[in-house]
Amino acid sequence: MFSYTFHWNQALKALPQMLDGALVTLQVALLSMVIGLALALALTACRLSGNRILGGFATAWVEIARNTPALFQIYMAHFGLGNFGIHLSPYTALLAGIAFNNAGYLAENFRGALKAIPDTQTRAGRSLGMTPVQAFRYIVLPQMLRIAFLPVTNQMVWAILMTSLGVTVGMNTDLAGITQELNARSFRTFEFFAIAAVIYYLIAKAVTLAARLLAARMFRY
Amino acid sequence: MFNTALTLADLGFLLQGALMTLAVTAVSVTAGTVLGIIFGVVRNQVGPYRAAPLTFVLDIFRSVPLLIQLVLANAFQAIAKLGWAPFTTSCVVLSLYTAAYCTEIVRGGISSVPPTTRRAARSLGMTWWQDMRYIVAPLATRVSLPSWIGLTLGVMKDSALVLWLGLIELLRASQVLVTRLQEPLLILLICGAIYFLISFPIARLGGYLEKRWSND
Repeated sequence: MFSYTFHWNQALKALPQMLDGALVTLQVALLSMVIGLALALALTACRLSGNRILGGFATAWVEIARNTPALFQIYMAHFGLGNFGIHLSPYTALLAGIAFNNAGYLAENFRGALKAIPDTQTRAGRSLGMTPVQAFRYIVLPQMLRIAFLPVTNQMVWAILMTSLGVTVGMNTDLAGITQELNARSFRTFEFFAIAAVIYYLIAKAVTLAARLLAARMFRY
Repeated sequence: MFNTALTLADLGFLLQGALMTLAVTAVSVTAGTVLGIIFGVVRNQVGPYRAAPLTFVLDIFRSVPLLIQLVLANAFQAIAKLGWAPFTTSCVVLSLYTAAYCTEIVRGGISSVPPTTRRAARSLGMTWWQDMRYIVAPLATRVSLPSWIGLTLGVMKDSALVLWLGLIELLRASQVLVTRLQEPLLILLICGAIYFLISFPIARLGGYLEKRWSND
């Protein structure tokens, strides 16, 4: 049918290299999620603080993260910060870009989750003699994390998919970067990228499955 | 700081890029929505077991990075000698990507219509089509439209990735200018502002509709 001969052997020989790249991909995604979660909690706290400057800052962060492309945010970290004399390596720029993006989306998830928890519960906690921090820590936070768990795992899958954007700023150690490098050497574009697609798919499915098992264990009544 | 080599012609170049972004988005979202509605109805109609192959294929589009999908599609069209321009390839990939997400939204919308309401329609003598058209469609749209707006904006932002195929859309246009003028921050800020101006008002509209149309 096609006058093109597929060379799967050559691509499969590079599989160990690509799997190493997959580990870097997972590492970046996990790190960006950890940083993103911490930032999102901080942003949520800023929004709840009632302070207008902090609240405005958090809202601006969330709206920028949600209304511009992730690729733009990575470009901003990689090229834009150069104006201030900050030159990030592709790895750091990718991590910073995705973490910024994650923080925005996760903060919005947290806000939605917070809305689902009735105010009366906080008041009940307060009238039992809890301080505002205690009421938040022991009553609101556990429920919020439970409600937000599914969106957070979705964001984790998104983070994995977003790491592939690193290749556009010259990242060459993650799965997409290694695939692109192999491709540049051999021009077997379809074979290499098809294998990369399969690996990405499997990682995404594995993460979803792990999250589901974790949820079943953690959120048992 | 305000000494810049950026001219009005360069701004025009950026706006041309923005138009390309909007064109890719419009084509992909239109085609993707039509496909998504068809797939969503089919999935709802034939039940989870017989729809499994369709579900699996659509799931692939949501679990593989868009960049990889674009590269694969571009390589495939070269192998199959289809001779597609980057614009066509981008639109095809983004349409399928949109369809995969839209299917979920449509399915969620349809299943949010209570079965009793639909049975009532059928027992009044409405045909399947009338039930779909006059009962399910209005109720499902209320539920689905906010997510659909979110999806449209998502595709608009994700369409930035088509720069990898050499299409000069907004982000690629700003990159070209950065390479020439060496003022990355300013140009990227303008580029980001354009994205923001397109996305933010529509996102707000989606949020408003969600609040206005929610049942509680």
